Amino acid sequence: MSSAEISTHHDAAHGEHHGPAKGIRRWLFATNHKDIGTMYLVFSLLMFFTGGFMALIIRTELFSPGLQFVHPEFFNQMTTMHALIMVFGAVMPAFVGLANWMIPMMIGAPDMALPRMNNWSFWILPVAFGILLSTLWMPGGAPASGWTMYPPLVLQTGDAFPFLIFSVHLMGFSSIMGAINIIVTIINMRAPNMTLLAMPMFVWTWLITAYLLIAVMPVLAGAVTMLLTDQFFGTSFFLAAGGGDPVMFQHIFWFFGHPEVYIMILPAFGVVSEIIPTFSRKPLFGHDSMVYAASSIAFLSFIVWAHHMFTVGMPLTGQLFFMFATLLIAVPTGVKVFNWVATMWQGAMTFETPMLFSLGFVFLFTIGGFSGLMLAVVPADIQYHDSYFVVAHFHYVLVPGSIFGIMAATYYWLPKWAGHMYNEKLGRIHFWMSAIFVNVTFFPMHFLGLAGMPRRIPDYSTQFADFNSIASVGAIGFGLSQLLFVYIVFRCVRGDGATATAEVWDNPRGLEWTVPSPAPYHTFEEPPEVTDGKAFS
Amino acid sequence: MTISQSNRQKARSLTWQLVAMAIGAFAFGFLVLPPMYDVFCDVTGLGGRTNEVATVVEEPTTTGRVVRLEFATTVNQYAPWEFGSDVDSMTVDIGGVYETTFTARNLSDKSLVAQAVPSVSPPQAARHFKKLECFCFTSQEFVANEEKQMPVRFIIDSDLPAHIDTVTLSYTFFDATKMARANVAATN
Amino acid sequence: MIQKLCLSALAILFASSAGAEWELNMPRGVTELSAETYNLHMQVFYWCCAIAVVVFGAMIYSLVKHRKAAGAKPANFSHSMTAEMIWTIIPIIILMIMAVPSAETLIKLEDGRKPDLTVVVTGYQWKWHYEYLGEDVAYYSSLARTSVDARRKNSGIDPNTVENYLLDVDNPLVVPVGAKVRVLITSNDVIHAWWVPDLAIKKDAVPGFMNETWFRAELTGVYRGQCAELCGKDHGYMPVVVEVVEPTAFQNWLDSSRPEN
Repeated sequence: MSSAEISTHHDAAHGEHHGPAKGIRRWLFATNHKDIGTMYLVFSLLMFFTGGFMALIIRTELFSPGLQFVHPEFFNQMTTMHALIMVFGAVMPAFVGLANWMIPMMIGAPDMALPRMNNWSFWILPVAFGILLSTLWMPGGAPASGWTMYPPLVLQTGDAFPFLIFSVHLMGFSSIMGAINIIVTIINMRAPNMTLLAMPMFVWTWLITAYLLIAVMPVLAGAVTMLLTDQFFGTSFFLAAGGGDPVMFQHIFWFFGHPEVYIMILPAFGVVSEIIPTFSRKPLFGHDSMVYAASSIAFLSFIVWAHHMFTVGMPLTGQLFFMFATLLIAVPTGVKVFNWVATMWQGAMTFETPMLFSLGFVFLFTIGGFSGLMLAVVPADIQYHDSYFVVAHFHYVLVPGSIFGIMAATYYWLPKWAGHMYNEKLGRIHFWMSAIFVNVTFFPMHFLGLAGMPRRIPDYSTQFADFNSIASVGAIGFGLSQLLFVYIVFRCVRGDGATATAEVWDNPRGLEWTVPSPAPYHTFEEPPEVTDGKAFS
Repeated sequence: MTISQSNRQKARSLTWQLVAMAIGAFAFGFLVLPPMYDVFCDVTGLGGRTNEVATVVEEPTTTGRVVRLEFATTVNQYAPWEFGSDVDSMTVDIGGVYETTFTARNLSDKSLVAQAVPSVSPPQAARHFKKLECFCFTSQEFVANEEKQMPVRFIIDSDLPAHIDTVTLSYTFFDATKMARANVAATN
Repeated sequence: MIQKLCLSALAILFASSAGAEWELNMPRGVTELSAETYNLHMQVFYWCCAIAVVVFGAMIYSLVKHRKAAGAKPANFSHSMTAEMIWTIIPIIILMIMAVPSAETLIKLEDGRKPDLTVVVTGYQWKWHYEYLGEDVAYYSSLARTSVDARRKNSGIDPNTVENYLLDVDNPLVVPVGAKVRVLITSNDVIHAWWVPDLAIKKDAVPGFMNETWFRAELTGVYRGQCAELCGKDHGYMPVVVEVVEPTAFQNWLDSSRPEN
């Protein structure tokens, strides 16, 4: 596959005369950034519900002590698949979908730089997840060793093992291609006069994210390839008997894994940095320091990986180094939170659904940040490690963090995509239900972890029963609330709401609001005039 | 729409640069990190690793500082061996050469190949624990029901950090029969 | 709005927890280091609360005062060097205040000198093996029979009727009170982790490698924990139980546990 295909004058001219292709061909051979963005978002939503369904199986089993519904083997398959699907199938593709839709429109480009590769990077995903999901029906079941795939346990996986590795490879290919496309688009296709520092925050955070993806997804591919050769080709990278070390996998995995955490959160930072100024009617506070903060977070993410493995047995100096580096991440992250608050300060705020989700993001992500700070303290981490406290922590940064960011973005840009307003009242109900249930689900998990409940167990001692019941009720509530989201989006796309204006909101900043709603199939075929780049940030 | 020729050229070269970066990152993960980790472990003693080939000590000189050396043994995956240290512990004068023995017995009726993997704890002591001779340097072949006494000659060098007063030498016995057969097959 | 909800959710949690004996916090534990760990945990938690009051306070004030419905007119500032310097430097100072005691405790945790007793803990799928080094005492420690019966799917046994459901074993690890116990940890198959919250230790058991940690229990009693690293289907069913007894009782137990000569 040639990865260097650039959209040409001919393609665009062709598109001008004909709209989108008819029927399935429009999607199968899609090269239009808006079509591909839509497919990514729809795929992500499907995966969100698939992974969510698995989460509900987990929470149902954990509703009360004793084993009622599933066997422990299957429970482990559910925790593993839930994580893989949510991380690689729901959160990451959702952000790539948003990038596809919005980055060209935000920088005044006619399309993504590499439209055919764009098509590839999307269509690999359904194949990858088709393979991954098919392992559920294989002898030995789906992978059950956690999404972290630690050897030697992962080598005990049944027939699913090579399929797991292959699907991870495919997900990696898709992400890397998507990331290359995004970087080339941002670097090469900005409207004349739009300097790098003048770019909107969403574009900035995605640029940084894309570089992180290119740097670490191949490392994950390397790690799982070594698992594959250990299992089938007689190497012993991770087998002590042959001079290898299972702990080395953890180091390599988390060298990927920690930047991966920021891959899932940086674009959400970008989203709320777009939304809060709009609804505060004030420019983003400290645009440049936001850029520097995001860059330093990205840099620091490469030197903190071992804080995921403080119990593995590490020299004292190593533990001290990783503790200090991890604490340091709180500084740029703090700068971002303070800047958002300063953006609201003396604004004239209104609270439409995107703003509500963004505010929920700032509140709850910060709580996840606090537990992150606690986890950085090594002696305490030894107690928290692999307990429900960690489960609470990362769900706080991923659900009301990343997922709320995606929801906020969807409500914010949906009228631009669909040409109609969504139902504001239902949107607010959706927000409040999500915000309440997310806390009911994940807040008690802090207590469970502190009281000593390990993660990834299908059954627990009776002293953990009450908080587990609360968490399970919350999870079911959160899951049902998301059906409302589907209904709202469906109604809006069908055209039930009021017709959206080009600006949609009250004088928002950014080039995407200068094109009509719904955004025409081709936008910015002539680059827009950007005189004062800063006006769009 | 107009993307100028030069711009398209730039996009193309940037794309290839990024592809190269991705390939580089893969090579880093697959080819660079494992050996780098090995070197890192050898230097820091991470994982309690010790030397894998015999060290030569010119003239051992004892220092008068003593530490307690303990021995622990494990057999991996219920492999059919009885494996233990012949002494539980010894007092070791730092800088002196010592020898101790371990005994293993094949409990099965088949010939088996064992690979012993040493690990020293605390890890800071690992690189100061130097083996002059060890049954772990190569795999050991056991015929059915064979019992073997296997020696280790070692020295704890004088750079052992002052705060360490107890060192544990542990061996895990892995069944390497399959691995050994595969190697034989490969060389034939 | 959000904060009110969070607060009321919290209030409900705490109020209902007052009735039941629910554990809400990390145990203080029974070793010097577990108490230090607990103090560190609380100290960082209080710092987080203080930061939360400032950040959320400012945010809530802004949400109330600077809303369009309240007639607010938007200002137009977009940066302030002074403000940004302040909220870069103050967190750095707070972090340094946190880091120093953490490092001190960590250094103590790593100091395994002069142990009174060494125990080798080996993780198995799915049980533990304990060996008293040099004492000729070694045995397996598996989930207690009562829990084994009740844990089966739809066993018909109510877990509430089982004492220490899933946290009881047939043969606990027995150690003397006040003694410094060095714990060497390894594994027979996959990675496990040996965790006892009251002793504030958790260490991975890695096949082929020997890990080391230590504890000195200051109170007699039975302390329960679990395997903390996913190790396969019965990961949830390999508890750790440590029984801390008087030294004489320990000696008697040790003598009676030696194989008959």
